[in-house]
Amino acid sequence: MLSVLANDLPALQVVVPLVSAPLCLILARWPRIVWLLCLAASWTSLAIAIELLDQVLSGGTISYAMGGWAAPWGIEYRIDAVNAYVILIVTGIASVVMPYANQSVAKEIPADRVPLFYALLMLCLTGLLGMTITGDAFNVFVFLEISSLSMYGLISMGRDRRALTSAFQYLVMGTIGGTFILVGIGFLYVVTGTLNMADLAMRLPEVTQLRTLHTGFAFLVVGIGLKLAMFPLHLWLPNAYAYAPSTATAFIAATATKVAVYALLRFVFTVIGPVIAYQDLPFGEIAKVLAVLGLVTGSFVAIFQENVKRMLAYSSVAQIGYILLGIGLATVMGLTASMLHLFNHALIKGALFMAVGCLFYRTRSVRLDDLRGIGRKMPWSFGAFVIAGLSLIGVPLTAGFVSKWYLVQASLEVGQWPLAVLVLGGSLLAIIYIWRVVEIAWFGSPSTRAAEATEAPLGLLIPTWILVLANLYFGTHTGLTVGVANLAARTLAEGLR
Amino acid sequence: MRFLQLYNYEIAIFLAMVGLYIVVSSGNLVKKIAGLSMFQISVFILYISMGVVEGGTVPILIEGVQRYSNPLPHVLILTAIVVGVATTAVALSLVIRINEAYGTAEEDEIHEQDESF
Amino acid sequence: MSPASAMQLAVALPVAASVPIVLTGRSPNLRELVTLVTAAVVLGLVGSTVPDVLAGERPELTLLQLLPGLSLTFRLEPLGMIFALVASFLWLVTSIYSIGYMRGHHEQNQTRFYACFALAIASALGVAFAGNMLTLFVAYELLSLSTYPLVTHAGTDEAKRAGRLYLGILMGTSIGFMLLAVMWTWHITGSLDFREGGLLAGQIEGPAAAALLALYVFGIGKAAVMPFHRWLPAAMVAPTPVSALLHAVAVVKSGVFAILKICVYLFGLDFLTSTGASDWLLYFAGATILIGSLIAMRQDNLKARLAYSTISQLSYIVAGALLASSLATTGAAMHIAMHAFGKITLFFCAGAILVAAHKTEISQMDGLGRVMPLTFSAFFIGSLSIIGLPPTGGTWSKFYLALGSLEAGQMWILVTLMISSVLNIAYLLPIPIRAFFAVSADSESQAIKEAPLPCLIAIGASTAGCLYLFFDPSVVYELARRIAGGG
Repeated sequence: MLSVLANDLPALQVVVPLVSAPLCLILARWPRIVWLLCLAASWTSLAIAIELLDQVLSGGTISYAMGGWAAPWGIEYRIDAVNAYVILIVTGIASVVMPYANQSVAKEIPADRVPLFYALLMLCLTGLLGMTITGDAFNVFVFLEISSLSMYGLISMGRDRRALTSAFQYLVMGTIGGTFILVGIGFLYVVTGTLNMADLAMRLPEVTQLRTLHTGFAFLVVGIGLKLAMFPLHLWLPNAYAYAPSTATAFIAATATKVAVYALLRFVFTVIGPVIAYQDLPFGEIAKVLAVLGLVTGSFVAIFQENVKRMLAYSSVAQIGYILLGIGLATVMGLTASMLHLFNHALIKGALFMAVGCLFYRTRSVRLDDLRGIGRKMPWSFGAFVIAGLSLIGVPLTAGFVSKWYLVQASLEVGQWPLAVLVLGGSLLAIIYIWRVVEIAWFGSPSTRAAEATEAPLGLLIPTWILVLANLYFGTHTGLTVGVANLAARTLAEGLR
Repeated sequence: MRFLQLYNYEIAIFLAMVGLYIVVSSGNLVKKIAGLSMFQISVFILYISMGVVEGGTVPILIEGVQRYSNPLPHVLILTAIVVGVATTAVALSLVIRINEAYGTAEEDEIHEQDESF
Repeated sequence: MSPASAMQLAVALPVAASVPIVLTGRSPNLRELVTLVTAAVVLGLVGSTVPDVLAGERPELTLLQLLPGLSLTFRLEPLGMIFALVASFLWLVTSIYSIGYMRGHHEQNQTRFYACFALAIASALGVAFAGNMLTLFVAYELLSLSTYPLVTHAGTDEAKRAGRLYLGILMGTSIGFMLLAVMWTWHITGSLDFREGGLLAGQIEGPAAAALLALYVFGIGKAAVMPFHRWLPAAMVAPTPVSALLHAVAVVKSGVFAILKICVYLFGLDFLTSTGASDWLLYFAGATILIGSLIAMRQDNLKARLAYSTISQLSYIVAGALLASSLATTGAAMHIAMHAFGKITLFFCAGAILVAAHKTEISQMDGLGRVMPLTFSAFFIGSLSIIGLPPTGGTWSKFYLALGSLEAGQMWILVTLMISSVLNIAYLLPIPIRAFFAVSADSESQAIKEAPLPCLIAIGASTAGCLYLFFDPSVVYELARRIAGGG
């Protein structure tokens, strides 16, 4: 039995959360069981992800024919170092967020909608995992829409009515982005007659000069750019992150943009190929310029936010700039930096949003004004925020330092020292916006909400601190992350030069 | 004459532009959704158009016919239509909730009540 | 015990001690006993390694492999030895002083104070022991973070503003400039190890070397080279023991110590001399020496005057490092110790005056010397050491700095040092003179007594240190002599 299942691990990776979504609704009468089910599903996913990564690291790329239909006719699931790594990030975050969800969701979501929330969360996980694991271009679109649609639902469940308008705003922009991706995939299909990524990669070199291909690529970049909140297509993100329920924000912020980055990498490096993207077309320059603009404006706007979650959201825009910068540099070192930051930023933002969720749990507000003096009332939640914040700044011994180190080295390696200066400049801005919160939350005379607050329950604190400690662990034990990120970067960069 | 021969593509482009324009310009959320749907539908037409094989017939096995149109884009677009329907449904239900919360589905009026939108 | 494990323990112990300090917070006596015992043990540990280092041993210890080729490493060499000795000895003295000061002044949150203090000292020792630039950077940042709660101890708006400036300048310069320089160094050499003769020697062109050195010198905000000096006067809102140990010894000295280390072990003295990379930075150091002294003259607040004096004195050491001659390096290293003893005495006295007489402004101190003769005598001796007059230890370091500037052929630095000494006399000596000889305006001062006994013990110890180092500077000198390769 087990050995049969072992062969179908790639399918199970998507099927486990997919099946648990309707089960959530069937079992809706017992919310506790629904939660346990989701917990089991996400932990199973994590176990599968670890096993898959292990298989890829030891045995190379895995190809799995969905339903037994061989590629290129059937849908192929193709797992190499790159997506095995991203899957690990997504399932890892899901596994930490899920224990956190129990109390947080119970407090923030009306009881009758709790099973719905979990069902959406599982669907979102399904979509993100499917997008990552699939080797079929059209399948990417389908899973993207599954994750997006469930995300709209998740965001709209926030208590503030602005959650609704934010979800609608995201829906409009997300759908336009998704449709752009659809157009792009269509153009690729027109010139090659195939949708299988490996197949596409083989056939595209014959048609490199076709305008259709170039147009299709442009559509793809813009479409995926919308999903990954690439500056200036990031406008949906701040509101969506700010008003979604804490659990949803933590999960989405740590995973959704990462998967979109993965999709971009996959299309640029595997499907289109770096030669077309970087040499025939100015993708590298565009990525670098947008990355720099994103990281400067994102960090700068973050300084002036009065809502802590919104501030962190703008910081996400900036951090995506870092990731994009590494991609724009188009070297193995740059890609390593991007892959590292994919992982590290997931840890950082997950921890930060969960810490803010802890504060929200007691104070019912994430406005800076209401958080005045909260640090002394909730030292553990606040401590988690500070350490994760230091990691965001990129202080040594935290995970954030490792990725910044690689990014600066990558910039220096190609002789672009102004980029190195900008990367560190972004860190300086991060000091300002993180320390602003620290100062107010620690020194401010307690607001009425803070005065009544007590420390958050252990059910929230333990998962938060697991992520915080992961920040410290991966800041000092870099063997795993750097090793895998480097392997993934080299896998991607095979076509480079 | 090439211009006229490609009329279905031009219709797709026209629909896409009209749809996007409505999304951007209309202040009514329901109309925005309509524009969004139009935009998506234009892509469906694009896909269906590219499945055409010159001189080909419907992709059903018929005695004596050698050339068939490519059925794959049609199948793909069936999926995309489902996605489109789902999106519209989610969007409309969101508008219903927004209408309950704000008492309006007009962007300006919502904006007046909440600075965030 | 091997020197390597003594080193490790000396850093680990204060960190570990912060736990029992917090746990025994309810009972101040027990809490302060923990602090004192830890400080004494740490001093013993550091002291036990001196013979080994003098014998030419360089104990090394890798704590953690961060990235391939990049690790957190401790490596003890003579310069670090001086700094570690000074910091650990003065921690013990300051701990005694704190007992009198904090209780006498009825400070709040004393437990947090002692815990952060222990962490700060551990970070300072980490700076002293750093075997490569990354370790130094990490310890440097930890020092900034652990002293932030001490600067903002009072919790007032002024303290908060000072804390913002403190962290803003120190973190800003270190991440904006120093980290960039560290990464640049790694990019050029593929290593960050401190190496005798200089890691970068011959690997980088002259103008680039000058730029890199500038990034380091200005990136190390703790050295307070102008224009990045504003944090130091601002940090004077902290309780006096903090100003004394951290902002006269541990924090600022870790800054100039880092610059010395970088000049000696990253660039190499010969390489600096041959490229002339440090010449233009000397002007900044010289300007800081003079401007710092001039501003100090205009301060009426005693701690502010001492702070500007510190800024000026720090640049002695920076200049000594940038002169890149072996005598100047010896002088700079000795000045780390000599200035530490002199300045901590002055700060102790300032704190004693605050506790006993509740006075902060110099103009109010007329006649105080007659009711607090011990304090003001100590102040006088400390001042002599800062000025560089016998019979105090400051004489020797200034002597070697002067010789070094001659050796490097930079006459104007010698002139600057002389002018600065005159200015030192002008802003320091009037304080004890007025206290002893001027007549007090108000009659209340007759009721003032000397500060609490623990304060006086500490003042006595540091004053004795100033005097002792004049008559027997051998340990400091022998260590300093070895830095520039003098066997």
